[in-house]
Amino acid sequence: MTATPKLTRQMIKLNDTVYETTLTKKYANRKPFVPKDPRRLTAIIPGLILELLVRPGDVVRPGQDLLILEAMKMQNHISAHDDATVRAVHVAAGDTVMKGQLLLEFD
Amino acid sequence: MSLPKKMKDHAAKHAEATEPHPEAARKQAAQGKLQARERITAILDQDSFHEYDLFVEHKCSDFGMEKKQLPGDGVITGTGTILGHPVAIFAQDFTVAGGSLGLAHARKITKIMDHAIKLGIPLIGINDSGGARIQEGVNSLAGYGEIFYRNTLASGVIPQLSIILGPCAGGAVYSPALTDFVFVVDKISKMFITGPEVIKTVLGEEISMEDLGGARVQAELSGNAHFFAQSEAECFEQVKRLVTYIPWNNRKKADPCNPIPPRTQLGLEEVIPSESNKPYDVRDVLRAVADGSDFMEVQALWAANIVVGFARMDGRTVGMVANQPMVLAGVLDVDSSDKAARFIRFCDAFNIPLVTFVDLPGYLPGVDQEHAGVIRHGAKLLYAYSEATVPKITVILRKAYGGGYIAMCSRHLGADFVFAWPCAEIAVMGPEGAANIIFKGEIAAAADPEAFRREKVREYTEKFASPYVAAANGHVDAVIAPHQTRDFLLHALEISEEKAELRPTRKHGVPPF
Repeated sequence: MTATPKLTRQMIKLNDTVYETTLTKKYANRKPFVPKDPRRLTAIIPGLILELLVRPGDVVRPGQDLLILEAMKMQNHISAHDDATVRAVHVAAGDTVMKGQLLLEFD
Repeated sequence: MSLPKKMKDHAAKHAEATEPHPEAARKQAAQGKLQARERITAILDQDSFHEYDLFVEHKCSDFGMEKKQLPGDGVITGTGTILGHPVAIFAQDFTVAGGSLGLAHARKITKIMDHAIKLGIPLIGINDSGGARIQEGVNSLAGYGEIFYRNTLASGVIPQLSIILGPCAGGAVYSPALTDFVFVVDKISKMFITGPEVIKTVLGEEISMEDLGGARVQAELSGNAHFFAQSEAECFEQVKRLVTYIPWNNRKKADPCNPIPPRTQLGLEEVIPSESNKPYDVRDVLRAVADGSDFMEVQALWAANIVVGFARMDGRTVGMVANQPMVLAGVLDVDSSDKAARFIRFCDAFNIPLVTFVDLPGYLPGVDQEHAGVIRHGAKLLYAYSEATVPKITVILRKAYGGGYIAMCSRHLGADFVFAWPCAEIAVMGPEGAANIIFKGEIAAAADPEAFRREKVREYTEKFASPYVAAANGHVDAVIAPHQTRDFLLHALEISEEKAELRPTRKHGVPPF
């Protein structure tokens, strides 16, 4: 079969010229870029919180382990990226977390 | 045993090995699927199928397998013809142990693959399998590995077609992925590395098989499939049609057909809107120049902002690549670069000349594009065009701006002939963008900035938005009227028939993939 995208008079602006065209689903559904907030640690992969190694108020150094997240049959040590103080801990050992879920906040 | 008895015995053995298990056959039919043998018969010319290795048996003796008789070990292999073109074919049989792949099953496949490579004939694989035969352990994995290895050795030597007519999951999907063309059928084909069950257990995400790796997903979203059909019958017609367009192997050219003029009466002068920001369907241009207005589009549903596919000119197969202004204004992006690059490499490997039609505003701007590696993916297209030594002919229809102009088989990437229509605009960027940058200060300082800006846009358009600057520099060989396009293409293809372009010796290049 051949696809004939319906002409629904959509527009796209490139180099100050507005082109009449159709948009693909992928393009129309693309998410706006949100810069990463270094004060929020989120789960990069879904899994199980095995162990919490810090408490609110703790001062952490870059490379210091914060928690152990078990995912893909691996105990992943999640460590601090920058010097920071832990402001809040949003999960407890034994919690199952989704991808992108907020785990810790720093000051 | 007397001779007549031996004959009778043979007939009985043959019947036993080819009769499907009634219950399994019923289940297969209930899913709307044809039997493996019916599929082969439907694809090949009548009575052309010759089967081999019907009596191959597995050697597994673990987990009660020694008591299990599996006819043909769950796969049917042989050779035949499609509209007179020879092919090697295998079809996994889901009615035999779920089409599971054990070592004997795999060895039947690798044997027919070895034949196809040596004989120089296309290979067609029909995938319908539950996956590895777990009872055979690592031997099953060995079987997959041996298939992948041959898929790779055969790549660019013989055309390889994969038809997904059932589940094709886990490591098994890598065989189709290594082949040239993947065919899928709505509601029947399912392809994924890890299935919904695993995703649910490990990740907690729920998704149906269809939404994860159904035919539509693979044809429209992932780009893993090249041809999408509503039914097995439609799929087989696509397979047969494709086989007529491609050569048997890389030492041959595709078999020529009788030349026929384009059917369409559509005047090329009327296809393209006069304003360069208005859309049209570039496939109307391809059909207007192709023999019989016949164009077989590849990956029609995915990255539709570029159109690739096969057509014939003067009876000989050509690969056509064209920007599609009707979708995303015809921009190049991650997916369209990837799609075109793959197609170009297939054509180059199999001696199919390339005809490129250019009308694009450039690359798609966006954080998502940059972060998805549009630099690397875009480079694939430059690589594929530069690497190709088949005849390369380019027609610039309308816009050819910036990096997009270079990428779309420009003279600079080795095009043999570059033609441009009088409405072509070959420049670093569109007049609006260019005027806004060059005259930024003057526009801001002008008494009537908008009027001044429009004046500068007009000036730039007059000076650069044409094919004549490029023609004056020899980057364009001829500025041609749209109605001359087919004539110029036919002549260019005819005189390029014996084109030979030698390259420095190397083991292989290192393309950015």
